[in-house]
Amino acid sequence: MNNKEELLKSKEERALEKKRLKQEKYYMSSQWQLMGRKLLKHKLAIFSIVLLGILYFCMIFSDFIAPEDLENYSAKYSDSPITKIHTVHEGKFIGPFVYAQKFKFNDYGQKMYYEDTATPHRISLFVKGTPYKLLGFIKGDVHLYGVKNEDGTPSDVKVLILGADNLGRDMFSRILLGSKVSLTVPLLGTAISFVLAVIIGGVSGFYGGIIDTIIQRIIEVFMSFPTLPLWMALSAAIPTGISVTNVYILITIIMSLLSWPGLARTVRGRFLSLKKEDYVLAARLAGVSDFKIIVKHLVPGFMSYLIVNLTLGIPNMILGETSMSFLGLGMRAPATSWGVLLQECKSINNIANCPWKLIPLVFVAITVLAFNFLGDGLRDAADPYK
Amino acid sequence: MSKIKFIGKRLGMSVITLWLITVVVFFVIQLPPGDFVDYLVENMVAEGETVTEIEIEAMREEYGTNRPFFVQYADWMKGILTGDWGVSFFYNQKVTVKIGETLGATLAVSFITMIFTYLLSIPIAIYSAKHQYSVGDYLATFIGFIGMAIPNFLFAIILMFLSYKWFGKPIMGLPDTPPTSWPAIKEWIKHMIIPIIVIGTSGTCGLIRSTRAQMLDEQARPYILSTRARGVSEPALTYKYAMRSVLNPVVSGLGGMISGIFNGSTITAIVLMLPTQGPVLLKALQSQDVYLSGGILLISAILVVIGTLISDLLLMAMDPRIKDLEESKNEQ
Repeated sequence: MNNKEELLKSKEERALEKKRLKQEKYYMSSQWQLMGRKLLKHKLAIFSIVLLGILYFCMIFSDFIAPEDLENYSAKYSDSPITKIHTVHEGKFIGPFVYAQKFKFNDYGQKMYYEDTATPHRISLFVKGTPYKLLGFIKGDVHLYGVKNEDGTPSDVKVLILGADNLGRDMFSRILLGSKVSLTVPLLGTAISFVLAVIIGGVSGFYGGIIDTIIQRIIEVFMSFPTLPLWMALSAAIPTGISVTNVYILITIIMSLLSWPGLARTVRGRFLSLKKEDYVLAARLAGVSDFKIIVKHLVPGFMSYLIVNLTLGIPNMILGETSMSFLGLGMRAPATSWGVLLQECKSINNIANCPWKLIPLVFVAITVLAFNFLGDGLRDAADPYK
Repeated sequence: MSKIKFIGKRLGMSVITLWLITVVVFFVIQLPPGDFVDYLVENMVAEGETVTEIEIEAMREEYGTNRPFFVQYADWMKGILTGDWGVSFFYNQKVTVKIGETLGATLAVSFITMIFTYLLSIPIAIYSAKHQYSVGDYLATFIGFIGMAIPNFLFAIILMFLSYKWFGKPIMGLPDTPPTSWPAIKEWIKHMIIPIIVIGTSGTCGLIRSTRAQMLDEQARPYILSTRARGVSEPALTYKYAMRSVLNPVVSGLGGMISGIFNGSTITAIVLMLPTQGPVLLKALQSQDVYLSGGILLISAILVVIGTLISDLLLMAMDPRIKDLEESKNEQ
């Protein structure tokens, strides 16, 4: 009896203790932990994080997931629609399979695709195909799915889950492989503009005076240009015939060049208000160097604010890169990005006859929306008054 | 007196900005390796002509592309000030004439888009703020997000495709006839709808979001509460009191708005083949037509600077606190 009571009591105590610890943890948690807690409550932001996680995961393993590489041309499949996946052949269930695509020309000389229902081609997992290097160094030639011949060699029957482009290349593979550009340019560009903004905006706000005036004028000049025409002019300046990697680097730099001014202005404003704080004066009196004050005492003070701004700036960069590539001023063949894929949508006939060519647009829109929602969630989380 | 001083200071700032813009523009258009002569020679060789080194040099001399950067800049700048913006190599026309051809359409499209944006977004934003978390509010927010997420040019393609599906032919370009008679005006309206929707959407969505947030902030202010307590009617409260502070950011965003419209109209015009600056700029950049692309860049930047100037002056006229605002702008 006694024992039981004691047990109960200790149980209660333990619960109380747990609660106390939890509260203590809450009071002791850093600004970042508080932000994280708030962010977890923002359902759309969490959903966006999951979505972006999936997109970036697929990007990293794109070579493996995509059944083909970028240059798997096939005249047999040009402008081929989405392949239907069947499970029942001649009344018997045999698992997922596809029929080979055949085509004939109709009276108007238009290619009409039909399925050759004589032989089913089973879709199998982990099929050997074109060799690739995952992340640039892990060699492999196994792809997630595909069609095998009976002797195990890769068949030339294609499974086009998102259709094919005008050269018969698998759209799904191209979208995945193109995401390597479309999803990384904005991140890198944001990183570069972050560094530029902190340095330039920081110097401007910290020192003030004539330096500030000059930097502010320069920022004003950059902000006076409509971004797109200037982007076009700078992208048009990229010489033809340089390597894909260099085009990629230049595009990233151009994207970041045009987004730092707004950020730098924000940073400057924060510096101006923060540098009047007593703790900065104390640090200065203690003989801390300017550089250390900026990096150790000022930057952490508005980091959360800056991260929100950076996240909200990413969609613009995605749209910028897509627009440039769409106009033919960005990434060039053989490299690909979502903008390059959308080039085919320039002609109305293409969209009317092959509406699946608009699918990259869905990826662009989803990514942009997800970054917008994430930024919104971060903003709410970073705001201590909400 | 202080107002005149403020205006003078503001004008001086604009002039300096404009001068710096010319330097940047000239730098940017000189960036591409090679020059217009290279482009010409490339074309001539492609057409099977043989071009000697001496001929190339002579062409460089003729077009003046072999002189040092600062000489070319000084020359160009002198021309800009005296109204001679150089000759477009590609169109073989004066730059000012070529820009003049497209400027009318560009300004018309931009201006109508701007009016459309304001007329549409402010009422929607006020409705959303007054009925926060209602179905209409969610709908407006949702459409706003979608409008911001879809790139302009793709939106244009989709609408073009839909117009093709519904009317049998895609509605592109602008009519050649001036809008003087009723049928011509109808034709113009028909052709303007898609560009205006496409170009205006992202700006409209952005404006709805910021105006709604501003209105919500304003509604929570104590002065609104006390005015309401004194029995002022709800519409008067919204349109006479809250509206005033809501309009400030709208006006101050004018420069950004113009720049956004230029962004949108450039690429949209390329897709829809409108006779505005966008397609001409693309052509000029592709053919390294230095003076033409420079002129177009310059004129769009000038328009943005003027827009910002107007918005600042308007703000000053609208808001008596503006002198403080200017100071706080510098100090913040």
